[in-house]
Amino acid sequence: MDAFGGPIWSMAVSPCGSQLLVGCEDGSVKLFQITPDKIQFERNFDRQKSRILSLSWHPSGTHIAAGSIDYISVFDVKSGSAVHKMLVDRQYMGVSKRKCIIWGVAFLSDGTVISVDSAGKVQFWDSATGTLVKNHLIANADVQSIAVSDQEDSFVVGTAEGTVFHFQLVSVTSNSSEKQWVRTKPFQHHTHDVRAVAHSPTALISGGTDTHLVIRPLMEKVEVKNYDAALRKITFPHRRLISCSKKRHLLLFQFAHHLELWRLGSTVATGKNGDTLPLSKDADHLLHLKTKGPENIICSCISPCGSWIAYSTTSRFFLYRLNYEHDNISLQRVSKMPAFLRSALQILFSEDSTKLFVASNQGSLHIIRLLEGSFKHLHTLQPQSGTVESMCLLAVSPDGNWLAASGTSAGVHVYNIKHLKLHCTVPAYNFPVTALAIAPNTNNLVIAHSDQQVFEYSIPDKQYTEWSRTIQKQGFHYLWLQRDTPITHISFHPKRPMHILLHDAYMFCIIDKSLPLPNDKTLLYNPLPPTNESDVIRRRTAHAFKISKIYKPLLFMDLLDERTLVAVERPLDDIIAQLPPPIKKKKFGT
Amino acid sequence: MAALEEEFTLSTVPLGAGPNGLLGVEQSDKTDQFLVTHGGRTVILYKVSDQKPLGSWSVKQGQIITCPAVCNFQTGEFIVVHDNKVLRIWNTEDVNLDKVFKATLSAEIYRIHSIQGTEPLVLFKEGAVRGLEALLAEPQQKIETVLSDDEVIKWTKVFMVFRHPVLIFITEKHGNHFAYIQTFSSRTLSKYTLFHGQEEKSVIQNFTASVDRKFISLMSLSSDGCVYETSIPIHPRDPDENQRVVRSLLLKTVVAGNARSGVALTVLDQDHVAVLGPPLPASKECLSIWNTKFQTLQTSRELPQGTSGQLWYFGENLFMLHGKFLTVIPYKCEVSSLAGALGKLKHSQDPGTHTVPHFVNWETSRGYGFGSQNSEQSKRILRRRKIEVNVPPPAFEQLLSTIKNDSEKDIEVELCKFLAVKRTPDFHTIVGDIVLELLGRHTTEPSFYPRNSLMQLIQTHVLSYSLCPGLMEAALEKTDVQMLQLCLQQFPDIPESITCACLKLFLSISDDSLQETEINMESVSDCSDPVQEKMDEQTEILQNGFNADEQNCDSCDRKLNQKPQDAAEETTSCPVVPKRAALLNAILHSAYSEMFLLPHLKDIPAQHVTLFLQYLYFLYLKCSENATMTLPGLHPPTLNQIMDWICLLLDANFTVVVMIPEAKRLLLSLYKFVKSQICICSELNKIEVSFRELQKLNQEKNNRELYSIEVLELF
Repeated sequence: MDAFGGPIWSMAVSPCGSQLLVGCEDGSVKLFQITPDKIQFERNFDRQKSRILSLSWHPSGTHIAAGSIDYISVFDVKSGSAVHKMLVDRQYMGVSKRKCIIWGVAFLSDGTVISVDSAGKVQFWDSATGTLVKNHLIANADVQSIAVSDQEDSFVVGTAEGTVFHFQLVSVTSNSSEKQWVRTKPFQHHTHDVRAVAHSPTALISGGTDTHLVIRPLMEKVEVKNYDAALRKITFPHRRLISCSKKRHLLLFQFAHHLELWRLGSTVATGKNGDTLPLSKDADHLLHLKTKGPENIICSCISPCGSWIAYSTTSRFFLYRLNYEHDNISLQRVSKMPAFLRSALQILFSEDSTKLFVASNQGSLHIIRLLEGSFKHLHTLQPQSGTVESMCLLAVSPDGNWLAASGTSAGVHVYNIKHLKLHCTVPAYNFPVTALAIAPNTNNLVIAHSDQQVFEYSIPDKQYTEWSRTIQKQGFHYLWLQRDTPITHISFHPKRPMHILLHDAYMFCIIDKSLPLPNDKTLLYNPLPPTNESDVIRRRTAHAFKISKIYKPLLFMDLLDERTLVAVERPLDDIIAQLPPPIKKKKFGT
Repeated sequence: MAALEEEFTLSTVPLGAGPNGLLGVEQSDKTDQFLVTHGGRTVILYKVSDQKPLGSWSVKQGQIITCPAVCNFQTGEFIVVHDNKVLRIWNTEDVNLDKVFKATLSAEIYRIHSIQGTEPLVLFKEGAVRGLEALLAEPQQKIETVLSDDEVIKWTKVFMVFRHPVLIFITEKHGNHFAYIQTFSSRTLSKYTLFHGQEEKSVIQNFTASVDRKFISLMSLSSDGCVYETSIPIHPRDPDENQRVVRSLLLKTVVAGNARSGVALTVLDQDHVAVLGPPLPASKECLSIWNTKFQTLQTSRELPQGTSGQLWYFGENLFMLHGKFLTVIPYKCEVSSLAGALGKLKHSQDPGTHTVPHFVNWETSRGYGFGSQNSEQSKRILRRRKIEVNVPPPAFEQLLSTIKNDSEKDIEVELCKFLAVKRTPDFHTIVGDIVLELLGRHTTEPSFYPRNSLMQLIQTHVLSYSLCPGLMEAALEKTDVQMLQLCLQQFPDIPESITCACLKLFLSISDDSLQETEINMESVSDCSDPVQEKMDEQTEILQNGFNADEQNCDSCDRKLNQKPQDAAEETTSCPVVPKRAALLNAILHSAYSEMFLLPHLKDIPAQHVTLFLQYLYFLYLKCSENATMTLPGLHPPTLNQIMDWICLLLDANFTVVVMIPEAKRLLLSLYKFVKSQICICSELNKIEVSFRELQKLNQEKNNRELYSIEVLELF
């Protein structure tokens, strides 16, 4: 729906969750009512001169603060009129700038309004009198984001210089209850603008233009300085963005607004370990598929045979048929997709490319049969009654009999595709699933969780396998559990049933179930022992986890055939090269 | 896994039979102490770990207690209601309940709720809710009627959600149940009809509830023996409208369907509930722990002597009536996990070497709902906020009285005692108060100057200038340079005027008086450097390093070079004694803002400015002796600090310095070093650029092609 106020610059949901405020380009603040089935316009607040860049509700829901250009307005929600207008100083280090943009406001329950602006100021206002109480100049550039803790005793701001400042409410002396906001800690973990910050009870979270998400634990909330208290930096989404057609050696790359299809090259040469072989045929960029409209792509998939591509945005689902004629490739959109396929969270093709599985927003799973150039809706697996959770991970068995689907918390459901009914549910685990796969022949379901636990569940037997029990009894190696990024993809070798291939962003690992498990005293990252070592030593040092860190950051890895692995790296330097330059700080001299 | 430990009996006195036997068990403000209200006339405070009563209070014959006694966590007082309308408030020192504070209200009370972090809340039988303070201010105020006729409250509970209490109560009218949620942050009361779903015939027998961020999860035990769950939003979409909520089955047949009485249910943590009642129609009554996530029975304990259908759970203890005695069963539960359900959860084999890593959850570490359980779940030891933050430890008060009257020796002894005690979160403000108290006595009787105590307090590393404003002034007055040095090292927020006053004192104090004082010398390195002879050569090298040849040098350079001997002599011997150098280093280390410092620097006499400049120049030359441009020593001034101070001094006093003949050579050499500094910077900038190019080249070399095929031998 349209708010009819030009571009929307800010939004805020009321503390009770039933109302939504929208700040628009034309200076209007609009109030919407949120009902379970729709969003309904309620009324306009007093129109302001220029765009509304930030909004914040008073925790009681009676007043709001709106940050505009050069001033902050406080509105009474009942009457919709501006109670106070607080002018912000344009001066910046003594120089008058053209405009002062209020990037963020926060309304505290005691009536204090905190504003952050483009002149590098963090200011405290009294909303009752409309006066400036305190002013902190913290940056030479814009302060772009603010987040207050639930307790309202600390908040965090992010600046365009990449610095994050922590402010805390500290008592001045012991015998007075008077408390003061004090800037306590600066953190510099970003190179570019910090566009968003969040404040959890024990950590500060920041993210911005440099594509990193940084979680900084608050040390005063943690007594034992162990691995938990370490800083976390997340660079890549914890999702699979690449799919692969094994038959035709194709890779489909998912970007925010387009898809790219590449055909892998080949070589005729052979070599020894570590060699880079000359290419007899280079990789081809076959297709560049742009989305229509501004929506981001949520998920995408290419069928194993390479002749279908499906992707979904937040509101539309697209299916394409690909035809290959020698070197020519033609693309044909399959029209008239049914309405229930409007948006999907995960798409998967069956191994023989005859069926398409779509996990849709409402928690149901659609099974669609693909015919030459058309499709037929076979069945919809409805979610368990009482759950509203959407499925976000899918896996299908190579024989096409089983479909495993997992949401974020309610366990993994395994469906029998032949009979189109639920076969069993793997019990819920405390941590979300990050990757799922079903092994060929044995139909063992391998599940990786975000706390780095890996389970193997036998679908025919409806129980955990012996190996899974063994490793749970012994426990994983502590270094395995300390890895920062989750497993995002699991695959199997068709000829080696004891092997599981899995990878995260910084390593890939082949688990050989026939070998003994490592304990905490053994070396987890065990490089390939030199060939001249005797067999005894090789056998003694060998354990089930064969880890290689040769490719990083690793976005995708899969087995193309028995002898070929395909790995996709995304070097950070390439990402940084595409970013706008950071605010330049001279290192030497003045 | 959940485990019930050995049970023990709390009360030695048999309680009256029936549901009137026990009104309630409530927490007191001290851990391990619980208030047990017997139906009838008695309230007993028990210490559970010792299994003995600490106090007992009774109301008069003829009066009857109608609501379990609770503890007001904000004041530590106990509150009880007798005869429905009369409030009694007392504390542990009171003996007779007749003589304690009494307030008679205008309406009948259903329950008083008291939890940590808020004042007690009084729920009236007609459904109105009041804070205790407001009630006590006007006891006879009119209490409105919220519930309709024939509607009676069945059960109630209160939660803290984001520092604000949320009260839920369940009412019944003609077999229908209604849930009311009263929030205090937005002062709204919302009503929900509990919709029974398909199991219309069953009668709800018992309730329990837990809370997460947005929902109250209400669990009910029905007469068919099943546990149902209902999610109720804390913040309603539309508070005025009566909404319906549907319940869903959580656990099937946990107690026998026909059980008439003696069934109860309570939530233990996110995944566990405790159920009291007979598991099979014919069996004895049982306490059983169920895991709701896996729907499994974790453990159970038979209660052969029967129970009353009342169950309380506080801080790892389950309270219930067994026969005629109040029984406590300690309960421990590790976080349930699939790993735990499958096999053994991995424990740290050898504590101390490394802690077991695990997944971190940034959200649940501070317990909102179930204090201890949550922190155990995340296994992170969090600093629990002490409730008594605002109550200074008793040692503090004793120390303050000592400071007022006793001698310096006594104060030192008391102070040692005080500092030995474990630190509270507001330790810094308490230390600040002690210093202010000491200084207060110093101003009234000037002979009193408790130097040792003050030094000891400064060394706690928690003080700042703003916490004890008079301290440095007093030290300046007493010319106590040692304390000033310590303050400069410890305080992060010294005003520039004080820094400058210290500088003046440090420059003017005589060498003799310095000899007597004890000064921390760690920032001063050995001043009599053996590499004096090399000095000349080295300045030369420096010059060559940055400046191609002499042609660029001005005449002044040559003039200086003409008498290298002099220059070397002048620069290689420290112009000040080591102790003064240590003091000046403390100044160099202190934080300042140029704008505020400059006006004060103008007040320094000319000869002192020259001396300080000479010292700074000496430091600079020492710095440039080595490649890293640092001074030797433990905590030396950095090159930047030296440079900044030189600039500041010259800025402030340039006209004066120019006029002084003895400063002339100094100025010339300073001019020279500024030139060399500019050269350094320009060269460094050049090098930075070339390095960046090199780095790029290096990257290109390392980079794999956009696409490549490699041979990889995998194990």
